[in-house]
Parts: sequence; C-alpha cells; structure tokens
Amino acid sequence: MRTIWTIFRKEFLENLRDRRTLTTALLLGPVLGPLMLSGLLQFVAQREQERLDKPLPVAVVHAERAPNLLSYLKGYGVEVTAVTLSDEAAQQAVQSRQQRLVLAIPEDFGALLAAQSPAPVYLYYDAANLDDARSLRRVTSLVTQYGQTIAQLRLLARGVDPAVIVPVIVQGIDVSTPRSRAGTVLGMLSYIVMFAMLLGGMYLAIDATAGERERGSLEPLLTTPIARAHIVYGKILACCAFMLISLVLTLSTTAFALSHTRLDGAGIAVDFNPSVVLHMIATTAPFIPLGAGLMTLIASFTRSYREAQSWLGLAMLVPTLPLAIASVLGLKPSLATMAIPSLSQHFQLMAALRGETLPLAWMLLSAGVCLLAGFFVCWIVSRLYQREAILG
Amino acid sequence: MIEARQLRKSFGAVEAVRDVSFTAPDGRITGLLGPNGAGKSTTLRMLSTILAPQSGTALIDGVDTRADPLAARRAIGVLTHQSGLYPNLTARENILYFAELHGMPRPERLQRADELIEQLDMREFAVRRVKGFSQGQRIKTALARALVHRPKNILLDEPTNGLDVMAVRNLRALLYRLRDSGHCVLFSSHVMQEIAWLCEEVVVIAGGRVLATGTPDAIRERAGAAHLEDAFVSLIGDAEGLL
Repeated sequence: MRTIWTIFRKEFLENLRDRRTLTTALLLGPVLGPLMLSGLLQFVAQREQERLDKPLPVAVVHAERAPNLLSYLKGYGVEVTAVTLSDEAAQQAVQSRQQRLVLAIPEDFGALLAAQSPAPVYLYYDAANLDDARSLRRVTSLVTQYGQTIAQLRLLARGVDPAVIVPVIVQGIDVSTPRSRAGTVLGMLSYIVMFAMLLGGMYLAIDATAGERERGSLEPLLTTPIARAHIVYGKILACCAFMLISLVLTLSTTAFALSHTRLDGAGIAVDFNPSVVLHMIATTAPFIPLGAGLMTLIASFTRSYREAQSWLGLAMLVPTLPLAIASVLGLKPSLATMAIPSLSQHFQLMAALRGETLPLAWMLLSAGVCLLAGFFVCWIVSRLYQREAILG
Repeated sequence: MIEARQLRKSFGAVEAVRDVSFTAPDGRITGLLGPNGAGKSTTLRMLSTILAPQSGTALIDGVDTRADPLAARRAIGVLTHQSGLYPNLTARENILYFAELHGMPRPERLQRADELIEQLDMREFAVRRVKGFSQGQRIKTALARALVHRPKNILLDEPTNGLDVMAVRNLRALLYRLRDSGHCVLFSSHVMQEIAWLCEEVVVIAGGRVLATGTPDAIRERAGAAHLEDAFVSLIGDAEGLL
C-alpha cells in the first residue's frame, strides 16, 4: 500500500508540473466544453426565438385573383409580396433560392370557388431546404384553415351544423416540462463530460507508461524492490485522480456557464444546483477506473509517446460509441442497458438533468459493473507489466 | 559479490547472451568489455533482475535473482544505459523518490540525499529540475539515485557515454572510493582505455560469450600482445565495434 502511495504521489506531482498535462486536464475540457455547450444552446435559443417572431415571406403570383385568401394570410403574419412570374420562372426562382415560397393563384380560382368546386392553388417549395419545410407547413395549414372556414360557412348556409364534418378531433397535450425539454437539447453534455474526463487522464497515462519507457526511466524503476503490480496501480491511481479533477471541474464550470446562459427563448430550463452537480459526479465517477485502466493498457502496448498519443486519441472515441448508438436506436434506461459502462453514465446524467430519479438498483448496477470492469482491466495491465516485452 | 553462472538469453531468433559466467568480487572494480552488441547490456539486465535468464543463474551476494528478486534488488544499485531521470522533478526529488521506493524512512532519506549531493558535488543543481541538465549532471544525479540505499553491489552500464574528460575523472574517483569502502563495482564499456585504467578485473565478452577473464595484464600476456587493445582484437578476431 505504501509503495502504491509513493508511486501515486510522484506521478501526480510530476504531472502537475507538466504544462501539457495541466492544460488538457484542467483547461481544455473544463473550459472549452461548457463554453461550447452554452454557446451552442444560446445559438439554438436565439434561432428559435427569431423564427417564432419572424414574419413569413411568401411571393404570390396573381395576388389580385384571391384577395380574401391573401388578407386572411396577412392576418396571420404572412408577408405577401406580389410578383409576376410564369410557371417555369416561379419554379426557377425557388430552385435558385431567390424566393423561398411562391404561391400561384390560377386564373379560374375565383370561378371554381364561386361554383363550389375544389379550387387549386399552387405552392412552390424546396423540400431539400429544411428551414423552408417549416414555412411550408405554416402556409399549408393557413390555406387549409381558410378553406375550412369557407366550408363551414357553406354548411351553415345550407342549415347544416359544421360540427357534423368533424367526427374526431385530436388534441395534443404536451406534458414535457421546461426541465425535461432541456434533456434533449443537453444530450451533448454526456459527450463533453466523458471526453473531458478521459482527456484529463490521457497525458498522465501516456507519460507514466510509454513516456517512462521512452525516457529510459522504466528500467531503473524496475530495479527497485517493489512489486511491479504496485507500480501499475500507483500509476493508474494517479491517472484516476487527474480524471476525477477534470470531471469535477468540467461539471462545475458547465453548471456555472449554463446558469449564465439565457435559455428561456427555447422553452427549456436547466436546474444545475450544487446537489445535481454532486449527483452527476457521483454517478459518473465509477467509470474512472475503467477509463484510466483502458488508457494505461493501450499506452503500455505502444512503443513511443507519439504512438501512444495517436492511439489514445482514437481510443477516446470508444466510450462515446455507446452514446451514439443509443441515440440512433433510441435506447432507454433499463436493467440491461444500465449494465453498459458509459451508456449508463449517460442515462444517469440525463436523468439528473431532467430532475428524474432512476431506480437505486439500476444505479448500483451501473456503478458495480463499471468498477468491476475497471478492476479487471487494471489487473490485466499489472499482468502486462510482468512481461519482459514491457521494456520495449 | 556478483556471480554469473552460464547465463543464456535470447530474444526471438536473436541469441543475445549464449554462455556468460564470471565473478565480480567485493572491493574490486570489474569491467565488462566488449564491442557493441556483445551482450553486455543484456547480461547486466539479467544481473539487475529486469530480465530473467533462460538458463543459468545470477547471484547477488549469494541470492538467486530469480528465486528472490526483491532481496537481490535491495542489494544492488543500477545505473542504466540511459540515465532515465524524471525531467519534471528536481535532482533531489529524483533521489528521494528512489529512497522512498527502497523503503527508507523519511529522516534517513533526507539525510542520505544531502550526503550524496555533497559527495557528488551536486549542490549547484540539486534543487533544479532535471529538464535541461548537462550529461554530466544527469549521470551524477542518476548515480546518486542508484547509491541512495547504500547498495553493496553497483552495476553501471556504459556510464561514461557522453561525459567530458573532467566528468570521467570525477566518476573514476568516485568508483575508486566505492571500491575502497568494499563495494563490488561492475562496469560495462566498449571503451578499451577506460577499462584498462579503471578495472582490476576484466571480463572480455563478444557474441554473447566470455572470451577471457583476469587482470588486464594477465589478459595481455595470455594473448601475447603488448597492449590490451591488441589482446582484445586478437581475442574477438576483428576490430569491429571497438573504440
């Protein structure tokens, strides 16, 4: 135990003095991550706000043929511009994005309406442009509403209750709370936390293994009368300590950044009080030994500092894989998925964000599986150090 | 005392050490002389318990390195080929770290470190970080680190590499001092003159085998050569890898 502590203290101290380790562990993740997140959120919130308030511009060909429809549209915030375009010209204008939406009123629109036959209007849009898809929905539903109003008037004129043509009505009830909506937007937090945490321990893992070998200091170290397993455990512990510092810092700075981000425009709220942050740290921390063990394992196999750096850069993506797969498949927390390290941390982070609590058994399962896997990997690394090939 | 008995070690198809036996007694400086790739480093690594011999035995003060590597390690101080210091620690911290790994209690560690810093004339740079040290300062620090637990046996792998004349002289003086206080000093080099000046016992090694052992004079006489260098060339067959 004492020797593990000696190794731990030296690795920790030495890396505290290393500028590269320090910047990545204490600066890169904890500062850049939350800044990115809150910046992005603010951008999303602003866009949402702008879109709601913005008038919807529609170019109309032959506006004079349907004055009532147009004044109805204007009443709902549509900005009508009268243009003179042939069919092909209208199509081209939308294709070349000169116009976003072009509404064309045919010559016989008024006549068909008067004859109580379906009167078509033509709406040119570009389905490849997602932004216009929203505008399209808005214009389409406004025109449909206008048609329904006319239909109701026609029925009334015939002495029929308009309600008979509405046998079923769908009323959506949104049960999401501002806090739960935050979860969907803040799903990125898991990536940032995972990444910052791994980054925090990365350089120490490299320095303590591949770096030690490259400097030639591994050989003298192995001539001291201590068990090689203890050397490994001391190093992994130091890596864990840096990861934990990185995790605590990242979550704290995120909490701080988000409490200074105006999000009400996007209809979401984030409650990042200290107890939520503590809860997040407690549920994410069990992943640390596994992450530290894996990084040390990979770095031990490589022949040089540079090689270790490129391998670990790739390896860092591995813990984010379950998150990506889960979001594609739409996986939800369950007894089975809570047994997957990193994914279970993601679920717990999200639950904490939404203000929900997962069953205690699931949380214990997550922590237990992570810690067991972590100890197993650490044991493998200690076996690796018994081999002579470790000297390179 | 260090004893090698029919040590053998190969890495894959490469037979680094085929058959090496010799004894390095206490109170003597024994030189392991051989061209590059002769198997000197591998032999020293087996003696310092870093590598396990495939066959044969390495004994440190009578302790089999494979049977009780921890006891063997307590009895040796090793200066490896690269000095292998920690660049972000000071010279003093490098020394103290190894003292702690050797299980020395704190007051003794501090006292011993100061003692070595004094002995090796390291005061000027003792509390500076190793990053940016000259080769001579590095060797001194590494040597102090190897000696911190007062080992009876000292193994040095080409310690004079990259040292200037003054530093070599200082090192030589220190090795004499260790010898005179009864230590067993085992020293590897491919530099003939160094061995001739410094060592009372020489083990000539090439191609993973011991070709001759004895005092420099005895080796010279046996080969019928006027200089150790000629004797050495005639022993290993050619002058390849010699300085």
